Formats: sequence, structure tokens, C-alpha cells
Amino acid sequence: MKHILTVENVSKNYGNFTALNNVSIAVPKGSVFGLLGPNGAGKTSLIRIINQITLQDKGSIYLDGELLQPEHVHQIGYLPEERGLYKSMKVGEQALYLAQLKGLSKSDAKKKLKYWFEKFDIGDWWDKKIQELSKGMAQKVQFIVTVMHTPKLLIFDEPFSGFDPINANLIKDEILKLRDEGASIIFSTHRMESVEELCDYIALIDKSKKILDGKLNDIKEEFKTNQFEVGLSCIDKNFLLNEINSKFTTANSDKISFNEDLRLIVDLKSTESSKDLIKFLNNKAQITHFTEIIPSANDIFLKAVANNG
Amino acid sequence: MDKLKLIIKREFLAKVKNKSFIVMTILSPLLMVGLLLLIVFLNQQNSEEVRTVAFVDESNLLAPIFTDTNSIKYLDLSALGIDEARKQTEENYYGILYIPKNDSLKNLSKGIQFYSEGSPSLSLLSGIENKLENKIRNLKIEQLNFDLDKIKATETSVSIATENFAGEKSSKIGSVLRMIAGGGFGYLIFMFIIIYGTSVMRSVIEEKTSRIIEVIISSVKPFQLMLGKILGNAFAGILQFIIWAISAGLLLTVITYVFGIETTSSGTAMGQINPEMIEQMQASSASELQVALQEIKNLPILTMFFSFIIYFIGGYLIYSSIYAAIGAAVDSETDTQQFMMPVMLPLIIAIYVGFSVIENPHGPIALAFSLFPLTSPIVMLMRIPFGVPWWQIITSMLLLIGTFILIVWFAAKIYRVGILMYGKKPTYKELYKWLKY
Repeated sequence: MKHILTVENVSKNYGNFTALNNVSIAVPKGSVFGLLGPNGAGKTSLIRIINQITLQDKGSIYLDGELLQPEHVHQIGYLPEERGLYKSMKVGEQALYLAQLKGLSKSDAKKKLKYWFEKFDIGDWWDKKIQELSKGMAQKVQFIVTVMHTPKLLIFDEPFSGFDPINANLIKDEILKLRDEGASIIFSTHRMESVEELCDYIALIDKSKKILDGKLNDIKEEFKTNQFEVGLSCIDKNFLLNEINSKFTTANSDKISFNEDLRLIVDLKSTESSKDLIKFLNNKAQITHFTEIIPSANDIFLKAVANNG
Repeated sequence: MDKLKLIIKREFLAKVKNKSFIVMTILSPLLMVGLLLLIVFLNQQNSEEVRTVAFVDESNLLAPIFTDTNSIKYLDLSALGIDEARKQTEENYYGILYIPKNDSLKNLSKGIQFYSEGSPSLSLLSGIENKLENKIRNLKIEQLNFDLDKIKATETSVSIATENFAGEKSSKIGSVLRMIAGGGFGYLIFMFIIIYGTSVMRSVIEEKTSRIIEVIISSVKPFQLMLGKILGNAFAGILQFIIWAISAGLLLTVITYVFGIETTSSGTAMGQINPEMIEQMQASSASELQVALQEIKNLPILTMFFSFIIYFIGGYLIYSSIYAAIGAAVDSETDTQQFMMPVMLPLIIAIYVGFSVIENPHGPIALAFSLFPLTSPIVMLMRIPFGVPWWQIITSMLLLIGTFILIVWFAAKIYRVGILMYGKKPTYKELYKWLKY
């Protein structure tokens, strides 16, 4: 089995409202899978169906090759976007309770909790009530109760909201570590910079349909526009610009460094290669900068959603 | 199943460990006992107080009837004349009775006045009235030359013995006992539903506002969570009632032991007003007690007990699942008002109907409301001590169970959708839509 989770042609309606329209995704084992999309696109609906909180109207879901069943909740860890803990319950009791609901025995749960509490250096919180903790502290506890039963599949919905940058980093490292230890991770967010840092694969959902999915690198490749950013040093700036414009389509870059005279973005036609551009420029001036413009996840997101509009 | 147990345990502990629960459980029996002690104490104070009542008897016929009792001392001020006597009384005594001079016995009862600072105690007044009536009647009998002893011999007291067609003896005391048994059970269910139904609702709202709900239902089915909550709260409630019952029993024994003598003496103090009645009562009380004991034996105790359990479970489950659904539908407790009305209405109607049913336990209203499943747990329980045909009990229970299944199913649907809905307060139309999700 290559995929930990396969969603096949899943649809979900709420009355007249279509939340998911024939969505299919496949999450490869041992990867971080970014589930992206604007607000209200249907991400949470899909996640809730995977967690068996709601049922799909149509389609089927397989976890590790098996049709999704009630017992599978033990193999999934879910950190919802709308999350919280019992305010007046003690941290330790609460974590034990939630672990037992995930199918751990009491002694197992205690052992695992001890490990995680030591790891996050929060052992002395055991007898504190959640309402005595700060928001960031409570989030740490929340993260632990999500992962402590070592599930095969972890689903994080906006995991970094509520964390300061230091703790966000801590959590990010933990997520990657969990992946390296063999867990597969679905990561839902609209913060694109974290997508770049974490995701191996992405799927983009917009208006209840999947509009894009695949390996992040492949998608970037696909969204490349054959644009290059060049920096040049020369004597006559205007003359050079005219020369280049006669052969290529250019635009001004918004960046310029102090030791160069000209910085341009050059659009190449599909028939032209970067080699041709370098050769041409090399004859005219001194090249100080040359990069291919790779679209960011953010660009891809905006473009795909705009195209879908 | 294990998960349900876990949920029940958590809900139970969360409720029981709550400070207000502990305070309520310990404090209310103490409050009850305190109140009881206060009443006994005040009663004693009252009876120990001796009132001095002056009188001016211008007729010269009635003075001999005013003999002192434990609580009233009579003072003959006839010699002073009414004006002077009133003045003295105003300064020194409780009140003054004025019997004006009258030529004929026929009019003697007219014009008798009582003056006092405020309005006089009713029992004192009626006691004096009784004395006067008796005396004047006797005087009239004498005047008419009737033989008083013969007339006394004709006095009869009728107490109709009642018996139902099945041959069981009943009595007024029996009726009172039935009222207490039925009313008590019905009221107990009513209180339990309101207190613990609301507590279920609060607990649902708490999970919504603390946003833990989605974490939990990614591990367990919403229905399991709802059921666990309802049962956990019920167990906490039953524990509380057991503690109350035991502590009330203990404290009452202690009180009767410590204050036993005083309570009986206050009993006689009550009867002072009419000594003849006490004699009567004492004479009859032995047999009345026996009748009462017999009546208790005659109550359908087994039927009452089992039907109490069934109606208790059925009624509580129906209402608490409605409460759970309401909790799931709203975001905060202030939003619950709109939905609470329709829930409280049948309960309140049931209590009102129930107490009128006691007067006429087999009338059409009694029958209708003891079959209607939203009121039957209370009304039927109030009727059962009076003897209800089996077919009615069975029909009512079947209706109750059917409704229970239906309502729990609806409530579970609303609950399942509602717990994930945040933001605006839903309308009834939206709730109806949720049923179809």
C-alpha cells in the first residue's frame, strides 16, 4: 500500500448547499500532505468525514487499504481548528481521559503522557486546571493529546494558530519528526509560508471541488511561467534596455541592488531557452544576477483559485 | 461500550466534584433540619406565651365559663365597667371581651365585642366563640325546660366508612396518604427532571463553548457522548437524592429523640382551644392509627415502586435528551430561553393537573394526562396510589417508551449537528432542517 488514505469521489450536501463535490485525494504514506483552499471551500467538511464525525453522501474512503470503519478512529489523531479542553478539569486527568477514548489502556496512556510531558518540559502542569494555563500552554497540551496514541494518520487543521513563533517552531519540528517516524500527516491551512516549509504533497480545494493536487515540486514545475530575473551592469542603461526589449518581453523588477544598473524580469517564449537568454545578455553586459522565477505556493494558490473563479 | 463507561464516569465525577454540588448536597439537609427546628422552636415559644384576656360581663350569665387554660388567663373586670376596663386592658393585657347587658337570651349572642391592640389571634377568638356558643345554647335549653342530659344523649357523630368494590376498606386518612405518596413521587420526578435536565444542558453548552467537542467526537460517536452525559448526570443526581434521604432520616431520628417530648407537648398545646375535641381525638386516634396502618398496607406499594422506576427513567431520559438537544443548538445559556418554554410547559401543566387529579383521580382529564407521554410520568404516578386499571398503566408505559425512542432519536440528530454549529442562534425551521442532514 502506497497510500495511507484514499478518498474516492466523495460528495456531501447540507440541504441545498454542496460542501464537497466528487472529491478524490490520495495521501502517500510518510508524507506531509497539505490540504489547501480558501475559507468555506470544504476542507473542514472533508476532514470531518475522514474523522467519521459526519458521513459522506457518496463515495468511499480507505485507511491503509481498508474501508473506513468506526475502529479506525484509534489510528487517527485530529487537531481541529475549533479546539479546546475542559476548562475546570486537571491537565493530567483530562489527557488520560482523552487517551483512553482513543483506545489506550490507562497504564499505556500514563506512560506515553509521561514521555510527552517530559519532552515538552511541562511535567509540573499535571495537577493544574486548564483555566490556570495560558493559551499557548493549553495548545501544547492539546498537541500532546492529539499525537500521544501514535496514530498512523495525523490531521492538523491550522495547527500554528495560537502559538508564538518559538512554540510554532517547536511544533513544526515535532510534526516533521513524527513524519520521519512513519506517521502520515494531513495539514490544512491557509498560511502558505508554512506549506512551503512542510508539505511534500498538496491538494487544493475550492468551491467544494478539488482543483489541483500532486507533489508540491511537480506543481511548481507545472506553474512555472518561463520567467527569469536578471541583474545587469553596463554603461548605457537605456541603450541596453532597448536592445533587450527588441528581442524579449520584459518587465521591471521591484528589486534593485546598489551595485547593478538594471534589474529585469524577462518572459521567455516556450521556444526559447534560458541558454539563449544568457548568451544574448552575456554579449551585451555583465550579468550580476540570474534566477528562474519559481512560483510560490501562495502564487499557485491565488492563480488556481482565480482560474477556477 | 468501554467508551460509554468512560464518558459516564467523567460526567459523573465532573458533576460530583463540582463545588456547588457538594455544597448543595451537604447544605440542603442541614437547611431543612434547621427550618424544622425553627418551626418547632417557634411553636413552643408560641404555646408557652400566656395571654391575659380581660372580660366585662354585663349579662352576669357567662362569667363562669372563663376558666384559665395553659395559654389564656382570664381576668374578670366586670366591676370596673367597660370604659375603665378598656383603659386598663390597653395598658396591661392582650385584649378585652365585652358582653353587653341583654334582657333576653335570644339576643345575648349579639353585640359581643372583643377589643385588642392589633387583630386578635384567630384561634383564640374561635376558642372563645366556641365557649360562648356552647354556654348560650345550654342556657337556652334550660330556659326551654328541656332536659340537658337527654339532649346530650341524642348527640351523634357520624363517620362514613368507605370501601371500594373490591372490598378494600378506605378512609379519609387513606386518601390523604395516597395524596402524599402520589404527590411526593410526582413532585420528586418533576424536580429531578428540572435540576438534572438543566445540568445536562449546561454540560453540553460547556463542551461547545470550550470547543472541546470536536476533539471528543473524533474519538466517540455523538450519540455515545450524549447518552454518557445523560446517564452520568443521572447517577450524580441519584447519589445526591440517596445522600439526602439517608441524612434526612438520620437527622429526623436524632431530632425526634432529642425533642421528642417537646413535639408531643406542642401537639397538646395546639388542641387547647377545644378540649372536648382532644378527648374525641384521643379516643379515636388509636383506631385511626390502625386504619392508617391498614391503609398503608393497602396501597399498591409494589406497583407504585416499579412504576416509579419506569416513569422516572422514561421521563428523565425524554426530557434530558431534549435538554441536551437544546444545549447543542445554542452557543450560550442566555440563548436557551426560547427553547426552554415548550419544555417547561408540559412539566408545569403536569404538576398542576397532577394536584387537581388527586381530587378526582379517575376523571377524563386525569386519564388523558396520565396517558400523554410528556405528562404521564408525573400525572400517572400521582394517580397510581388511588388504583388505576392495568390497561391504562400499560398503555401509558408503551406510549412513554415509544415517545422516548422517538425523542431520543430526534434529539440525537439535532445534537449531532448542533454541537458543530457556532454563531447564530438557530430557528425552529433550521432545527427541522438539521434533522435531514
